[in-house]
Amino acid sequence: MSSLNLTSTHAGALEAAAEVEGRSLWQDAWRRLRSNRAAYVSMIILAIVALACVALPYALPWAYDAIDWDHVEAMPPNFELGHYLGTDSVGRDLLARTLVGGRISLMVGVLATLVALLIGVTVGAVAGYLGGRVDQLLMRFVDLLYSVPLTFFVIILMVMFGRNFILMFLAIGAVEWLTMARIVRGQTLSLKNKEFIEAARASGGSTFSIIARHIVPNVLGVVIVYVTLTIPQVILLESFLSFLGLGVQEPLTSWGVLLNEGAAELEANPRTLIVPAVFMTVTLFCFNFIGDGLRDALDPKDR
Amino acid sequence: MSEPLLDVRDLKVHYPVRTGGFLHGAYTPLKALDGVSFDLKAGETLGIVGESGCGKSTLGRAVLQLLPATSGAVAWLGRNLTELDTKGLKAAREHMQIVFQDPLASLDPRMTAGDIIAEPLRNFRGSLSNTEIKAKVKDMMARVGLHPAMVNRYPHEFSGGQCQRIGIARAMILGPKLVVCDEPVSALDVSIRAQVVNLLMELQRAMNLTMIFISHDLSIVRHISHRVMVLYLGKTMEIASRDALYAAPRHPYTQALLAAVPVPDPVKARARAKIVLTGELPSPLNPPSGCVFRTRCPRATSLCAEVEPPREGPDAGHDVWCHHWRAPTLAP
Repeated sequence: MSSLNLTSTHAGALEAAAEVEGRSLWQDAWRRLRSNRAAYVSMIILAIVALACVALPYALPWAYDAIDWDHVEAMPPNFELGHYLGTDSVGRDLLARTLVGGRISLMVGVLATLVALLIGVTVGAVAGYLGGRVDQLLMRFVDLLYSVPLTFFVIILMVMFGRNFILMFLAIGAVEWLTMARIVRGQTLSLKNKEFIEAARASGGSTFSIIARHIVPNVLGVVIVYVTLTIPQVILLESFLSFLGLGVQEPLTSWGVLLNEGAAELEANPRTLIVPAVFMTVTLFCFNFIGDGLRDALDPKDR
Repeated sequence: MSEPLLDVRDLKVHYPVRTGGFLHGAYTPLKALDGVSFDLKAGETLGIVGESGCGKSTLGRAVLQLLPATSGAVAWLGRNLTELDTKGLKAAREHMQIVFQDPLASLDPRMTAGDIIAEPLRNFRGSLSNTEIKAKVKDMMARVGLHPAMVNRYPHEFSGGQCQRIGIARAMILGPKLVVCDEPVSALDVSIRAQVVNLLMELQRAMNLTMIFISHDLSIVRHISHRVMVLYLGKTMEIASRDALYAAPRHPYTQALLAAVPVPDPVKARARAKIVLTGELPSPLNPPSGCVFRTRCPRATSLCAEVEPPREGPDAGHDVWCHHWRAPTLAP
């Protein structure tokens, strides 16, 4: 009787068994990434820097564009007056300026990369999956854009439309999606001959649904690594444009603008260069470590 | 009997391959499949056997229109699939499915088993709610011998045999009429093979499926098929009912293949006739003239080099493409 009971309970247990949760490749990668100390610490530091850039300026006694009329000169750190990292040559609070500059730099970095991601993945996946004439057309267009020098392109845009913050996104986005498109296209080419894509076709999937449901999720691993390495590249690019005077306008600032101003006073006042440079370097290092960590986490040949 | 479900006529798949110069080479057709014809009735299983590279998989994919056919017709219930547009083809796909050789590669690594099995439902039964889909998926999983609690697992968490069951569940969930099995058990352990083959046969009986079973394993083909077709270099060598083909093969190639099947009893194995084919499979870029098998055929004569053998055969339903099919069975 007991054995009979056991079997029936067993069967009942099987029937009632809750669905087992699987562990996706993403979850596996996340675990590996967290066990990578450099990447994990970088994520924390980056979060702190980003949070500080967004929130801290509101808590500071001085606004980024407020001039301390009593001290219109570069002043070393002075806690009584609330200039925790001193002021720049016209008496504006350096910490506030660096944090607000960080806002702009990070925003440009993330937004321009997202724009590049969106265009690059779409163009790359479509070109790679459809192949043939569409592929030729899209990729030759990419080649064409590659051949336009960036600075030249930006200067033309500035001349035509005047200095404009959005233009910078456009200019940087227009350059950065090209490499993304090529990477995605290459990945798509190797994916589209896999059997699961054929299975999706046999199951009646349309071209669009196959690209959206099968191609894109599978190239995302490679793409995400590239994204984390593109963000610092874009931040540098923005600094470079600002350095040339093609970036944001005073009194708004960015890390590139601050570096430019600091470099001008390097001998008299190295602090104005060092402060934004440290912020920027730390951020760039963090992005690169995260990128490296992601590559290691996502790479180990999937399974 | 009734009208055939599937009628394949003179199906050809040629790939243009550039031969010669780097910039201005001429294209030579690689004849992966060169004029294959057969028909299938509802509930019938056609086994397709042949060496690697003889066009077995190409045939399966060309029938399902996963590969474009160069010429010929694939008539499905009287409609020619090769002439359908995208919309018509999608409608036809509802009734035809495929099971692949590599169980893991045929499943999207980023989707759960449940999503993979549900995909045909989402493509063809858009009106179903998520709960209905889930119920159907779990039902199908139980039918193919998978525990329904595993719907949320990912392919890499399953064994090869389980992955193949997921592939089978995906193929069966719409209740198709025709299923092409492209070497479904070749990548599996011997112990799992029998289970999967029996599962396929069980499903076939229950759902009255028509199957094209592609394999290079003659024993499994004998177990599962009603009729068997032998391919060599993109051409049919012999097609016959299973019993006729295994008992009295007429084509020297079929005879050689059957003689190479391993026999578990060493005494019997030593006693039986051996036919050893010499040479390699010729290149499909440059197939031999006349009969494509003549370069390796022990019976080849000058006639074989000149004239392509016509379709002949001992009786209706048993066709051989060989000039010498009347000669006694090969035995050294």
